Amino acid sequence: MKKIVIYTLMVIFALFYLLPIYVLIVTSFKPLSEVGISTMWNPPHRWSLEGMKKAFEKIGKNMINSFYLTIPATIISSFLGSINGYIFSKVRFKGDKLIFALILFGMFIPYQSVLFPLIRFLQSIKLYGSIPGLILVHVIYGIPITTLIFRNYYMEVPDELIEASKIDGAGFFKSYAKVLLPLSIPAFVVVVIWQFTNIWNEFLFAVTVTSNPEKQPITVALVNLAGSQVIEWNIQMAGALITALPTLLVYIFLGRYFIRGLLAGSVKG
Amino acid sequence: MRAKKEIIIGILIALPSIIAIAIFVYGFIFWTVRVSMSNWNSFSALIRGQYHFVGLRNYIRLFQDDRFITDLWNTLFFTLFFLLGSIALGLILAVLVDTGLKGSQLFQNIYLFPMAVAFVVTGTVWGWIFAPGIIPNDPQGVNLLFKQLGLEKLIWGWYTSTDHIGTFNLALIPVIIAAVWQMSGYTMAMYLAGLRSIPQDIEEAARVDGASSWQVFWRIKFPLLKPITFSALIILGHISLKIFDLVFAMTGSGPNFVTDMPSIYMFELTFRSNRYARGSAIAIIMLLMVAVVIIPYLVSSMKEEVRR
Repeated sequence: MKKIVIYTLMVIFALFYLLPIYVLIVTSFKPLSEVGISTMWNPPHRWSLEGMKKAFEKIGKNMINSFYLTIPATIISSFLGSINGYIFSKVRFKGDKLIFALILFGMFIPYQSVLFPLIRFLQSIKLYGSIPGLILVHVIYGIPITTLIFRNYYMEVPDELIEASKIDGAGFFKSYAKVLLPLSIPAFVVVVIWQFTNIWNEFLFAVTVTSNPEKQPITVALVNLAGSQVIEWNIQMAGALITALPTLLVYIFLGRYFIRGLLAGSVKG
Repeated sequence: MRAKKEIIIGILIALPSIIAIAIFVYGFIFWTVRVSMSNWNSFSALIRGQYHFVGLRNYIRLFQDDRFITDLWNTLFFTLFFLLGSIALGLILAVLVDTGLKGSQLFQNIYLFPMAVAFVVTGTVWGWIFAPGIIPNDPQGVNLLFKQLGLEKLIWGWYTSTDHIGTFNLALIPVIIAAVWQMSGYTMAMYLAGLRSIPQDIEEAARVDGASSWQVFWRIKFPLLKPITFSALIILGHISLKIFDLVFAMTGSGPNFVTDMPSIYMFELTFRSNRYARGSAIAIIMLLMVAVVIIPYLVSSMKEEVRR
């Protein structure tokens, strides 16, 4: 009896979470002739790729932009986080706690409070409006979270391991590269997934730093697509599905690492 | 000797990151504060570049501006109901999943997947689901469902409605639902981690003493989850105070600014009407709201760590 109640509740909640996915899928795969408001909740009579094709024509190049943005930014910020994490966990110096806290604050600020100077700065170094400019932005504002995740991870690595390598004559870089780095793979997986998801999904920097539609990441292209009244619903929903797909696939296949990144974001490791 | 050298190398390696944060976070915040106290409220003023200090004038104007006052009320009510919804739903889901019944892992994955989806996708999809259509003859979205189910009385304008209770704009309700949809999985994950870290023997001891599972939950587990509730309130609260993407993609400002937020007003002032100083003032007010929530949290987390 208790089991039935629990299952019933779990199914009802699951329906709420899956509702938008249902709408996304049934609308995206409807042919234009079936996209009527009065039938929006019905599944398509005939499944069609028309909407997906048209949406891809419109935002396909933005998807490529997003890959050009997300992949380098993720890789660079992960390595930066790893080396910073090493220093803030294993190399103690005066004021390190305070500096670390000041760095962490950077991940909570509303980015609106740095946006205007940031754009002026990017204009002055001729990176405004470009994907490299956005990569720079995401690498810098990614420092707090990537440093935090690696630092918390390295805190659990016993100091003796590093000391031992130093007694064997390894220098600073060697003990990082030979001892810590090989142990870091789980942390790298968490950080890479976290940064990939966040940078892919990011909108505020994307919409303010890039103004040319040819250079804009996919989130901006989706909002422009959906904001246009003349575009049919099946194309809009297909656009949303295409935008969501890469991060959804990451979640489906690497979900448990995603959860770890999620929990690391609440500061305590 | 050696150890000292290590420390110097370490600092040198971390230095570029530290300098980057010093400039891109603190330097730029200072710059924004400076702009917010200037007369740069047109493109020509910016190009001329002459800086005229006007003190708090831009801030005072904002607090005399009905739209900004609406934004603050909207932020307050959005945050309040979004937090209540996410915490309550997250806790319920965590308790359900924590029963460990067959298939509960699958349900957990379903509840959490919205976290992987972009806010702009959530806004686009829920924006369509809650689009009211033409009332009463040609309803759309949820209204259409109500009509088909014979629940015509429930049909209303959703995020296009200008109805309000006091200063609470009812048009925020669909936006809150979308936000809870996206973030409640996160609170569930936090609560689940908490529930799973409670040692089994505490529960067993209580059971031996004759406690029901209801009592075990409310008397033993729930109090142990308090720190998690606190963290969740801070994390979700600061996200909610600066919410932008979701509202921008889902509803925008809405009629009479019923779903407007400080972030949207800031965006329009700065990037649509070149009123950089006024926009910067909003940005600084947003920063202050977030700082009030985050700084005590960071300080307490750091202290706790030192004690460990």
